[in-house]
Amino acid sequence: MTHAAVMGAPADRELGAGVYNEKLGIWVFLGSEVMFFTALIGSYIILRFANPGAFALPGTVLNIPVTAINTFLLICSSVTMVKAFAAANMGDMAKMKRYLVATTLIGAAFVGVQAYEYTHLIHLGFLPSGIREGSELAELALAGELGLGSADPAVAGIYGSSFYTMTGFHGFHVTCGVVCMAYVTIKAYRGKYTQADHRGIEVVGLYWHFVDLVWIILFTIVYLV
Amino acid sequence: MTEHEEHFAHPNYWLVWAGLAVLTLVELGVAFLPWSRALVVFTLVVLAVWKALMVALYFMHLRFEKNRMRIFAIAPLPLAVIIVIAVMTEFVW
Repeated sequence: MTHAAVMGAPADRELGAGVYNEKLGIWVFLGSEVMFFTALIGSYIILRFANPGAFALPGTVLNIPVTAINTFLLICSSVTMVKAFAAANMGDMAKMKRYLVATTLIGAAFVGVQAYEYTHLIHLGFLPSGIREGSELAELALAGELGLGSADPAVAGIYGSSFYTMTGFHGFHVTCGVVCMAYVTIKAYRGKYTQADHRGIEVVGLYWHFVDLVWIILFTIVYLV
Repeated sequence: MTEHEEHFAHPNYWLVWAGLAVLTLVELGVAFLPWSRALVVFTLVVLAVWKALMVALYFMHLRFEKNRMRIFAIAPLPLAVIIVIAVMTEFVW
């Protein structure tokens, strides 16, 4: 006699959290992601309070208009993602596919703009190790226009490392999201989702919205404050 | 209907999107206002939390989820707040 036969069927109240496994799984994962990004943000706060002279004034090194456009792109991709889910919920699979394609493209555009931002910052002389000597930013630092506590550009090393770590990890998450989104979109075009079962879209959507939510916080504390 | 099918009340997502876009514009304006640094930072953090809540409640559907899922989703947040406050106390007070 098997163990299950001895134990009998579980009672209704023992069947789980009332949501399907993939959804429960993504929420557990997102819980761990909250702590991951909180650790990064906590570290950033420590570094910033401990070294106020190492961080440049908002808008002097980082390009706020470009990043604001990126913020807007991510907000747009979140609405297209949730519209794809709503369309699937309503049984409008053609609309669902269109919104999934839009979300994938807008997400890829975000990664593209971030790549442009990094390239531009490195060209200006803003590196993970700080401000490169002899660069355009180094001259501004020496002139005192960046609001750094010292004219020595090397003081911005903590600024560079924390900036690239936080935005880099977020960019990595967005890139993973775009890959997942492309996978889900291909599955959608192959007719794998129905009005009754479109779990993949909801699960990837939850991850995507979380990445948007994290960016909202990072945009404020890294770029605007 | 299968066990996987869930029907949420679908709010006007475009309205939420417009709200997020407007709040982003407000953030950009506030960041460069000639207020005291503390007031600007406080206002920006409030606006960021407001936007994050809109995403969580409407796009992630927490507003329409069962209570057990809401509790599950917010469970890590007290820990996150404790970490941030703990590291701030190191330098602020």
